[in-house]
Amino acid sequence: MNIFEYVRPNTAAEAVSAAAFPGAAYLAAGTNLVDLMKGGVVRPSRLVDINQLPGLDSVAFNGDGSVRIGALVRNADLAHDLVFAKRFPVVAEALLSGASAQLRNAATVGGNILQRTRCAYFADTAAACNKRMPGAGCDAQGGDTRLHAVLGWSESCIATHPSDFCVALTAMDAIVEIQGATGIRQVPLLEFYRLPGDAPERENVLAPAELILAIHLPAEAAAFAAHARYLKIRERTSYAFAVVSAAAALQLSGGRITQARIALGGVALKPWRAKEAEASLAGAAPGADPFGKAATIALAGATPSGDNAFKIALAKRIVARALALAAAGTPARLPALPASPFAVTSGAPHA
Amino acid sequence: MSFPVTLTVNGVERRLELDDPRVTLLDLLRERLDLTGTKKGCDRGQCGACTVILDGRRINSCLALAVSHDGAHVLTIEGVAQGDTLHPVQAAFIAHDGFQCGFCTPGQIMSAIGLIEEGQAGDDPERIREGMSGNLCRCGAYAGITDAVVEAQRTMSATSRKQVA
Repeated sequence: MNIFEYVRPNTAAEAVSAAAFPGAAYLAAGTNLVDLMKGGVVRPSRLVDINQLPGLDSVAFNGDGSVRIGALVRNADLAHDLVFAKRFPVVAEALLSGASAQLRNAATVGGNILQRTRCAYFADTAAACNKRMPGAGCDAQGGDTRLHAVLGWSESCIATHPSDFCVALTAMDAIVEIQGATGIRQVPLLEFYRLPGDAPERENVLAPAELILAIHLPAEAAAFAAHARYLKIRERTSYAFAVVSAAAALQLSGGRITQARIALGGVALKPWRAKEAEASLAGAAPGADPFGKAATIALAGATPSGDNAFKIALAKRIVARALALAAAGTPARLPALPASPFAVTSGAPHA
Repeated sequence: MSFPVTLTVNGVERRLELDDPRVTLLDLLRERLDLTGTKKGCDRGQCGACTVILDGRRINSCLALAVSHDGAHVLTIEGVAQGDTLHPVQAAFIAHDGFQCGFCTPGQIMSAIGLIEEGQAGDDPERIREGMSGNLCRCGAYAGITDAVVEAQRTMSATSRKQVA
């Protein structure tokens, strides 16, 4: 780990000014950052510890039905908040399908949003990586690409975004509240991440020193609570990143779908919202046929970035099955294995 | 530059001056406080051998920078027994042979204590396995570990019920 300067500001404004320093990074739990620093993947010159900033560690339910989740709320605390989990079950299920209990107890909401790709070539300082070192090239291409992107990738970068939480948040139209030097702004999560293009080192719309204060979920998101599921394929049953995942949520009226939400994880460098697939379900009765068609639409633009064509077929099945699970209804209690296709209380037959 | 850090470790206040902000909680426990029961396995948050309870929550101490936890309360494996009386989770690990080489055991036990106190798994073996998935055991003693946690959970909830009554 490189030497860094450690500073601990007392207010968000102080933090932003402390971070306006070349090579500075914010420190929350450090579950991703400290790991990357140990590997020499990131080498911040200054760590701005935000753990003691006031007002960022609580979940506030507003009178209009929306919710503000402070950036320092721990993943486990949000997922186990009974009121939150009841209103936004797909978010809770996604959270509990990620990482381990120890990591969820420490890792923060803001840190989850900003976690880095788990592309092995990004993590290996002996490999060329355009994200880690712009212009260096991409050793992932032609390498071990089973888990790489099938949507939105470029010649510069074929990595994927690792978060489960952000997939559910993207489906639910979450908004990111950001503190900058001149004030606070809000950006929809859907517009927060950047696709790699020719500048994969720029991962999101944050300007240098901008600080995430909170995530907001709009009141409308709670209207999906009765039919909202997250489904995630992993290479082992628990404690693994998604090969492919999907958040699916429906509003039903008189046996017909009035609104649908679909977002995919593990397929691109950002959580992938499938709005055309959602629109295809409007007015349909839930069933294998419309769900299969929606899944095909969701993956229409997909192309393998290497030895990963299987992910396209897999993603279609996961989308269709997540929709079937959502249609069957949100379970009263999350399954023992959240988001797992092996959960005994899945509510839908095996695909 | 030095960084004052005060921690309450197993009930004892420890005042430390760190000369380097890179010291993890794990290294602080092992190298500065001689509490070597907490193990360094992967040192990257993947194996769970370094699990301790920090302010009531089980975490990976290898990923926590000590300087960032000034004022925290830490419970390690050295602090769970009452004198010669083992903690119910320790006793259950012995009763169910929940180990072979023993290297992961302190982390397993701290994680199990955290899991039981979180109250999410109850005595459902599937929820216990899921809740313990952050602790790897390369000897493969998982069957015994799960049985031990099931039993410890029952013992501890029976004890709590008595205390309430």
